[in-house]
Amino acid sequence: MDAKELIARRVAREIRSGMLVNLGIGLPSLVANFVPANAGVFFQAENGVIGLGARPPEGMEDPNLTDAGGGFVTAVPGAASIDSAMSFGLIRGGHLDMTVLGGLQVDAKGRLANWKVPGKMVPGMGGAMDLVTGAKSVVVAMQHSARGEAKIVAECSLPLTSLRRVNLIVTDLAVIVPTEDGLVLTETAPGVTVDEVRAQTGAPLTVSADLREMDLA
Amino acid sequence: MKRAIKPDAAAALIPDGSVLLIGGFMGVGSPHRLIDALVARGARGMTVVANDTAMPGHGIGKLVTAGAISRLITSHIGLNPETQAKMIAGEIEVELVPQGSLVERIRAGGVGLGGILTPTGLGTEVEDGKPVIEVDGKRFLLEKPIRGDFALIAAHQADYVGNLAYSLTAHNFNPVMALAAATVIAEPDAIEPVGVIPPDAVKTPGVLVDHLIERAH
Repeated sequence: MDAKELIARRVAREIRSGMLVNLGIGLPSLVANFVPANAGVFFQAENGVIGLGARPPEGMEDPNLTDAGGGFVTAVPGAASIDSAMSFGLIRGGHLDMTVLGGLQVDAKGRLANWKVPGKMVPGMGGAMDLVTGAKSVVVAMQHSARGEAKIVAECSLPLTSLRRVNLIVTDLAVIVPTEDGLVLTETAPGVTVDEVRAQTGAPLTVSADLREMDLA
Repeated sequence: MKRAIKPDAAAALIPDGSVLLIGGFMGVGSPHRLIDALVARGARGMTVVANDTAMPGHGIGKLVTAGAISRLITSHIGLNPETQAKMIAGEIEVELVPQGSLVERIRAGGVGLGGILTPTGLGTEVEDGKPVIEVDGKRFLLEKPIRGDFALIAAHQADYVGNLAYSLTAHNFNPVMALAAATVIAEPDAIEPVGVIPPDAVKTPGVLVDHLIERAH
């Protein structure tokens, strides 16, 4: 199993029946592949659909039905189409149960940076700031490190997305819960030791008394 | 009863240097024929307010390539490297706004509000230079309204009085922008006799629409 699939499978375990969930572009969008179609979950895409479905059959795409990355999607029974004011009303207003976002950095306070690398890459925040501010639960899904550099750091050097402490960090090595007292390591990926996680983490980690192996079933 | 005009006639109504609110999300729900006509007439110096600039060669990305835009207020340019390059080169001045704040700023401009109070962006670069206002013990950023000289919007259906209905994820910013400009030009996929769009399905009442773009030939 590659790193991205492992992360997506683990995040999928957080999703419960009846939830309204927003998945970000890229890695987070893979999470939907591991949530059963009959799970009673509605996926929201901020461009204006509640009840996002799988990719349509070749040649049957509707140019007016896409996800936030512009990719063709379908809609499930019970779906609703909405405009951007309603979409962000749901997001900012606390009606969204969970958002899963990619990250460039997360720091010891659980704060996320994911919209700008000054002087290098300025994609813009899109909906990320509203999502992190307003969703009931914020899950960051990302590789633990990038080109040998830790992405979990003592303090974000990149511009913050929000002051809000995210609820969960899921990486290819570990599951980490940010708390008031710092980052708590609760799960390690199969075959990964605590020392290996620490070696690739740039912030202090407390190891949970209930530390266990990541559940990927 | 509205009269339908050709895209080039509409483009001729829009002087260089105008503030344009342009609908669409990654090109979905953008007024593509109007954009083509603006490029064809060599538009210059436009301020564009839009969710994103799509991709090079697509939707608003064509206005970027053509050098028609001098100022851009948007939430995401991550999928258009050309916009990022022109921003870094100083050819386009870019203001990045969280997506939910952008749509509400436009809505405020359209519905006569003096701004919005949002928690999104607090403690980030987005806060810089903006008043923070406390309401009942909670802190909010004051974000000012946005209005345009022209709203260039796309719709699924129009009728002869200009009522508009939208399709799926092609709603996005279009219904909100229809309120927020001195002149509103709508490009529908089809123009129907009055009565074909049921009153309950009208999302933008025709009283807001100044011009309809005639059907594609």
